Amino acid sequence: MTWAPVVGIEVHVELRTLSKMFCGCAVSFGGAPNTNVCPTCLALPGALPVPNRTALDSIVAIGLALNCDINEHSIFHRKNYFYTDLPKNYQISQFDLPIATDGWLEVDTGEGPRRIRIERAHMEEDTGKSTHVGEGGRIHTAEKTLVDFNRAGTPLVEIVSRPDIHSAVEARAYAQELRALVVELGVSDARMEEGSIRFDANVSIRPHGDSELGTKVEIKNMNSFRSLERAVDHEIGRQIGAMEAGKPIVQETRHWDEAGGLTTSMRGKEGSSDYRYFPDPDLVPLRIDEEWIERIRGTLPELPSTRRQRYLGQGLDSHSAGVLASSDADLRSLHDDAVASGADPTASANWITGEITAWMRRTETEPGDLDLDGARLAEMVGMVADGDLSASAAKDVLDGVLSGEGGPREVAEARDLIQVSDRAAVSEIVGSVLADNPEAVARYRDGEHKVVGFLVGQVMRASGGKADPQLANELLRAQLSG
Amino acid sequence: MTRWLALTLANVMRQGTSLCRAMAIEIDIAHVARLARLDLDEDQLAHYGAQLDAIVAYAAEVQAVDTSDIPEMSHPMGMENSFRDDVVVPSLDRDQVLEMAPAQEDGAFLVPPSLGDEAEEGDES
Ligand SMILES: [Zn+2]
Repeated sequence: MTWAPVVGIEVHVELRTLSKMFCGCAVSFGGAPNTNVCPTCLALPGALPVPNRTALDSIVAIGLALNCDINEHSIFHRKNYFYTDLPKNYQISQFDLPIATDGWLEVDTGEGPRRIRIERAHMEEDTGKSTHVGEGGRIHTAEKTLVDFNRAGTPLVEIVSRPDIHSAVEARAYAQELRALVVELGVSDARMEEGSIRFDANVSIRPHGDSELGTKVEIKNMNSFRSLERAVDHEIGRQIGAMEAGKPIVQETRHWDEAGGLTTSMRGKEGSSDYRYFPDPDLVPLRIDEEWIERIRGTLPELPSTRRQRYLGQGLDSHSAGVLASSDADLRSLHDDAVASGADPTASANWITGEITAWMRRTETEPGDLDLDGARLAEMVGMVADGDLSASAAKDVLDGVLSGEGGPREVAEARDLIQVSDRAAVSEIVGSVLADNPEAVARYRDGEHKVVGFLVGQVMRASGGKADPQLANELLRAQLSG
Repeated sequence: MTRWLALTLANVMRQGTSLCRAMAIEIDIAHVARLARLDLDEDQLAHYGAQLDAIVAYAAEVQAVDTSDIPEMSHPMGMENSFRDDVVVPSLDRDQVLEMAPAQEDGAFLVPPSLGDEAEEGDES
């Protein structure tokens, strides 16, 4: 039997507002413990939450960018559970009336774009942070726990996908696309290492062709895109192994162990009714009208998926379009400017994602510090297309231009790299090479056509490497057959 | 304690409207007590269970009213969209904050390591 994996992803994004979701304490990462706390985020008696307008603007922007319906009416609920880093013993969240529902995000793993449906995006608040002190830093062996409430109340958007993801690779692509989107929107730093974007995956398997979903297992604690992909891949394998051994899959939460490369059980997953959601009486309902939505829509930047479509329209292949669409803004405007200056889009993209990126890595240069503008890149691309520069000479020219030696033509002339593509000039060299190599000519005429390679080499040598090799090849064959 | 039971009941009512109407609802008082971290003995379970049954019975009476033409309401006040601007205001003095706690260490609240079966590593959200 073959198995089909079914994966859904829950993403938590911390918004980059100045103040917290329901109080005026600063949102900051890494400050001294308990320095950004007040009666509201510490849940002192009598303190009342008031929502941050900018955070709501941000979730509307996220919802629109994810092609969601923005619901005119939504409310905040209390999600009740006990934990040390949750001062109120409930988290303010949303339940059956979230802000955004029913959207999609386009993901491309190189096999063509696919839409992953979004179930919902809702607003909630982050918890504080617990540090377990004692052997191993794990709760099971801890002697005590230290709690810091600086993060408590930070605005958090939870984005839940439908179970439309079919592989670990696609899970990673979805996560990366979503991260690129919130970064593009400017609503979050989305730094995985700082926890400002967090991914959990719901994984199940079912026999190929079945429509009924299998028992789902939630996996947590992935702190990089690579670990998300590894964890999903491992969990799919674990479930297939269990099913084939006739063991049932238990609905539970499993913890990804990066060092061990496996998932381990944490506890049975509570049903949602155990959180005893109910409308938060401290918060009045939200009404997000057309005017509000249109105001936010007017501020949306070009999103990665839209940009990828634009690049595909320029004739780029799916891979280049994807790489360029998610690359640095400075590199993208270099491409856009080069194309506006007449460069062939495919050539421009290939130079940027290939040679230019390699040069930046070699010299540890940031995209913003590149000494190259669109006009110069277009000029160089044009010189190659016109046969003035060979592909290998163009790499030297690029190096010269990036090193500040001047424009492409200037560098090519100074380094003596202009290719001889003048037919008469190359033809003359071909004539003299043939005259100097009668033996090779004889072998060619005896049917040994591969000897033409040797003769092209001789033409290149005679021209000091500047002849257009393709032209030399063409003229050699013409003269040999004549 | 009453607060927790009432909150739980509010949820039960929300999610079990049709059940309430049919008066078929049975409250698992032991489960509700466990969720609220209340250690109730048999007598207390019976005592509070009977009280909750009475409340549910009252709720069922309310449920019997025809509300099909009345829009659902989540809040008693006719207010919506009460917001604040994204402005930072000074936080509390840390020493003052930590003074309220039974124990502190290194600027943090110090608590016992485990809170039972619902505790898990990392955050819950
Ligand atoms: Zn606060």
